[in-house]
Amino acid sequence: MTERLMEILADSFFKILVPGLTMTIPLTVISFSFALVIATVTALVQFANVRVLRQLARFYIWVVRGTPLLVQLYVIFYGLPGLGVLIDPFPAAVIVFSINEGAYCAETIRAALESVPVGQLEAGYCVGMSYLQIIRRIVLPQAMRTAFPPLSNSLIALVKDTSLASNITVLEMLMATQRIVARTYEPLALYIEVGLIYLLFSTVLTKLQRVGEKKLSTY
Amino acid sequence: MMLEIRQLRKAFGDLEVLKGVDLEVDKGDVVAILGPSGSGKTTMLRCVNFLERADGGEMMFDGERFDLHRAARRDIARIRKKTAFVFQSYNLFRNKTAIQNVTEGLIIARKMPKQQAEEIAMRALERVGMADRRDYYPSQLSGGQQQRVAIARALAADPEIILFDEPTSALDPELTGEVLAVMRQLASDGMTMLVVTHEMGFAKNVSSRVIFMENGVVVESGTARDFFEHPQQERTRAFIRNVSGEMDA
Repeated sequence: MTERLMEILADSFFKILVPGLTMTIPLTVISFSFALVIATVTALVQFANVRVLRQLARFYIWVVRGTPLLVQLYVIFYGLPGLGVLIDPFPAAVIVFSINEGAYCAETIRAALESVPVGQLEAGYCVGMSYLQIIRRIVLPQAMRTAFPPLSNSLIALVKDTSLASNITVLEMLMATQRIVARTYEPLALYIEVGLIYLLFSTVLTKLQRVGEKKLSTY
Repeated sequence: MMLEIRQLRKAFGDLEVLKGVDLEVDKGDVVAILGPSGSGKTTMLRCVNFLERADGGEMMFDGERFDLHRAARRDIARIRKKTAFVFQSYNLFRNKTAIQNVTEGLIIARKMPKQQAEEIAMRALERVGMADRRDYYPSQLSGGQQQRVAIARALAADPEIILFDEPTSALDPELTGEVLAVMRQLASDGMTMLVVTHEMGFAKNVSSRVIFMENGVVVESGTARDFFEHPQQERTRAFIRNVSGEMDA
């Protein structure tokens, strides 16, 4: 490796990492938090078989899972201005990632809810609890433990998917890298470098997942 | 009469599981419900506290009359408050410790202060010999221990009657004994119990009355002594002959 390349890589490391810390991670954390709320509600209305909402939930999941994430980003960011709705890049990305991830996580949580034995509900009824009390205190906590590993999976996938936001001018890690490549003409080394930083982020999350699983395995 | 059921009917699709069952339970009675698998015993028990919704029939309970098919949600809640249910598979809340399993209904459903609920729970756990396991999760307990906690959960609700659905069927013989011992103690304390069981020893020696069901009807019912010593129906006599080996348990 030439000295110039070494210098570019060292120099660019923080130029990529900083947008990672100030953009990629906030984008991921905010989007995933919204996604979890959307997913929990969407899963619960299906689990509880709430009439109209259940059909709405199925429709939402069908549309979101059946269309590319990149297309969804384009529709919101480049499409909606045609209707006079202008959204800044970052909030647009948050909206799309939340809705997209919410659909996938909803299916994870629904499956986890359905894996809780019906006897847990029946026992709740027998001690006089209402349906909502049983869901909140018995079924949902157990389901969340089951859902934790696949949800961690989704979170790790989302970290990497945020790179798509570079397509709607969000200055996240990939976009930062592209800019350096345009200046230095070292695509191979720089794209590998940004890949390694994503790998670093994912590794930290994998470790956190293991800690979380241990915490949750008290019962 | 504390509990009286008239003409209870229930079908699952085309399958008629209960074809008009009558039942009477007096205060302090321990009624054993016997019968081959598929006779409708469990379904009958589950209809009493509305885990299954009957197709027809009525119930007199604690001086009130209820339509088993049409009972309103409020009435169901009231009935459940005065009854307790012990399941074959225990159904302890898996995310709660032994004592939390007992207090959950008291605190959440009955709005009892936590400290008072815990005092009641500890007394109930002591009664079933599980006080020293109060902070164990169900997964850390044996089947027999889980079932005893489940019985403590039932006791804590201070019910008029406890419904037992084959409480020892999921246990190996060694663990069956500890659960039956607890139930025997409850019976001698005067607790009213309705027990679906395959334990002939319990039916003969502990229960005061026996009901024998088959194909969704009551074939014979009477005092435990009459049932085992002077069965009236040919079907009942055949049943008692077949199970006589395990009756000394």
